[in-house]
Amino acid sequence: MPSNTPLLDELEKGPWPSFVKEMKRSAGKNAKAKDLLGVVEQSYKDKITHWKHGGIVGVTGYGGGVIGRYSDLPENFPNAEQFHTIRVNHPSGWFYTTKALRTICDIWEKHGSGLTNMHGATGDIILLGTDTDQIQPAFNTLSENGFDLGGSGSALRTPSGCVGPARCEWACFDSLDLIYDLTQTFQDELHRPRWPYKFKIKASACPNDCVAAIARADFTIIGTWRDSLRIDQSAVGEYAAKGLDIKNLIAGKCPSQALDYDEKNRKLTLKPEDCVRCMHCISKMTRAIRPGKETGATILIGGKAPILRGAFLSWVLVPFIKVDPPYAEIKQLLEKIWDWWDENGRNRERIAETISRLGLKDFLKAIDLRPIPQMVYHPRSNPFVFF
Amino acid sequence: MPRTDIGPPDYKTMLPETIVNNYGKWKYHEILKPGVMKHVSETGGELFTVRAGSPRLVSIDFIRDVCDVADKYCDGHLRFTSRFNIELMTPDKENVDGIISDLNKLGLPVGGLGDCISNIVHTQGWIHCHSAATDASGLVKSIMDELYEYFTEFRLHAKLRIAVACCINMCGAVHCSDLAVVGIHTKPPKVNHEKLASTCEIPSVIASCPTGAIRRHSDKNINSVEVKNERCMYCGNCYTVCPSMPLSDPDGDGLAIYVGGKVSNMRKPPMFSRLAVPFIPNNPPRWPEVTDILKKIVEIYARDSKKYERLGEWIQRIGWERFFSLTSIPFTEQHIDDFTHATETYRATTQFKW
Ligand code: SF4
Ligand code: SF4
Repeated sequence: MPSNTPLLDELEKGPWPSFVKEMKRSAGKNAKAKDLLGVVEQSYKDKITHWKHGGIVGVTGYGGGVIGRYSDLPENFPNAEQFHTIRVNHPSGWFYTTKALRTICDIWEKHGSGLTNMHGATGDIILLGTDTDQIQPAFNTLSENGFDLGGSGSALRTPSGCVGPARCEWACFDSLDLIYDLTQTFQDELHRPRWPYKFKIKASACPNDCVAAIARADFTIIGTWRDSLRIDQSAVGEYAAKGLDIKNLIAGKCPSQALDYDEKNRKLTLKPEDCVRCMHCISKMTRAIRPGKETGATILIGGKAPILRGAFLSWVLVPFIKVDPPYAEIKQLLEKIWDWWDENGRNRERIAETISRLGLKDFLKAIDLRPIPQMVYHPRSNPFVFF
Repeated sequence: MPRTDIGPPDYKTMLPETIVNNYGKWKYHEILKPGVMKHVSETGGELFTVRAGSPRLVSIDFIRDVCDVADKYCDGHLRFTSRFNIELMTPDKENVDGIISDLNKLGLPVGGLGDCISNIVHTQGWIHCHSAATDASGLVKSIMDELYEYFTEFRLHAKLRIAVACCINMCGAVHCSDLAVVGIHTKPPKVNHEKLASTCEIPSVIASCPTGAIRRHSDKNINSVEVKNERCMYCGNCYTVCPSMPLSDPDGDGLAIYVGGKVSNMRKPPMFSRLAVPFIPNNPPRWPEVTDILKKIVEIYARDSKKYERLGEWIQRIGWERFFSLTSIPFTEQHIDDFTHATETYRATTQFKW
């Protein structure tokens, strides 16, 4: 018998694990997943999407957390006509017990297609494909088992952070605890959309920025330190003995020429005031070099992808802040930022766009921050200055 | 009534014992072999992590399979990374090979750590998105099949991050990835005049366009809008605001490739990805033109880069003019920016290469 999905079948071949195999596993026992295969095969034939725009569905008391989705091929694939997504807020650092994961699986076996994204790009557990009448029961069971929905729409999106002190020696603050605390504190902002557009918070506990906070988060928290990084000279000697070319590959690649290597004595010296804390030497000599002891974070603002006015990377707002519970200073700063954005943002304008339209100067005034050189690459070159 | 606003489960209830005991006390880590690293704590504690790739779009049975491995070797704990990898952790070195072989039995590749290609961060595509110009899962599968050994072996001088977005919304840091594949529309929306007024507010539709391409219909008897085609940049913002302005088009939709971005602050500051190939038509199920060009770029980069040099750093060193000649990618009018702040990209020096 010829297969119904010849194009998708091609994607079962090859060494990388196949999502088509996963779809078929669910299709074997779930009618929604079976019809999803048909819808997607049709897209592979027609080279266009077969999902219609939007549709408002949700759970009682929330304005977001569920994405409504309808297919434009209901006659051919009736079981996939409604294919809504539930966003479930993940635990910090994406750590799980198998018990918790199996609970989610059981809930999704009962109320949905059995297909998931582990995880979505923002960080949530994505439960893909359910009917309108299953949304509330699914949520009720999730909530009974300790899970809540994430954010969607013009709201605070599910905050996420890197693995941090749980399993990283470079963590300059507790990214897991900070993200958990902020998520709990701002439940209302997460579940009841009230802003011009979405707002993302991401925390990376060192400048390697493993969760891409600087590119993706409107409010970006990146760990750093204020004192000198720490060097263990005997470990430096061991690296040298093993043949690492410390002169060229470590000192030679320091972007600020803050490192000097004495080959004869196998000694690495640092001018701490020149170090820009880029993590190169630390990441390459993990046993010999570590971040300093006076740790905290840099806060940056405005990272986003292209829609509407082009992409932005987050800009430095607070060069150094201590990050300790209950995180009062960070929360106050967030509230000031949201107040200003609420007042001044246009519909579907991310905060970077509001700032770039109205000027960083005015934004800083509104949130009570003093201008400092760390905020810019260089001062202006034009003479068109307002006083 | 269900409880609302309980927030996510407390991460502390999810951590394996070794992590609880060494939380914030890690001293250093080493990568032992592809996909395996060891963390050592100030207390002397050790933790071995095995990282495996995943297709991200997975069934609950897949999750249960991985849970079985975690139950067998990891005291019932596991984690995921921000790029959809699975990580299994154990304090016992003896468990590592068992974990690897069980993961391989499930068809999962072990790798993605250190100087190699990590899993591809991506979006929904034709599986679930209403504005997708292409599929994401199928592209990722096709690309990773071609570059598989770059995930499971150390073949590069630095980390290489690939991202796929199925439209220019670019969910997922696509705009700052070493290699980025982006679904694009190249035709203006087709306005459904019959439905528009009943489904959408005309002033918000007009206001939604970043380039001012939308205006009221010139025929007063038609209660709808018109698009000035030459001003449209196919962003799909009007469609997000109004379902009666679809952009999807089997021939007009396709892919662009951007290169040289990164988010880490290591050595050079974060960089945006820059346009390398403006348009490749959709060619499912395998998109061979896309995988060919990506593979070519990766091979040339692997050969010509210096140790520790990210793709964007390599291009900065050799210069874009050399990048285009090395890869034989044609330079076209689309490569010259004409959007906001475009002039910042025009060269203002006599220093360049032939
Ligand atoms: S962290 Fe970066 S800037 Fe600082 S000394 Fe090391 S290589 Fe140089
Ligand atoms: S696709 Fe974008 S640029 Fe084109 S008309 Fe719609 S909003 Fe305007």
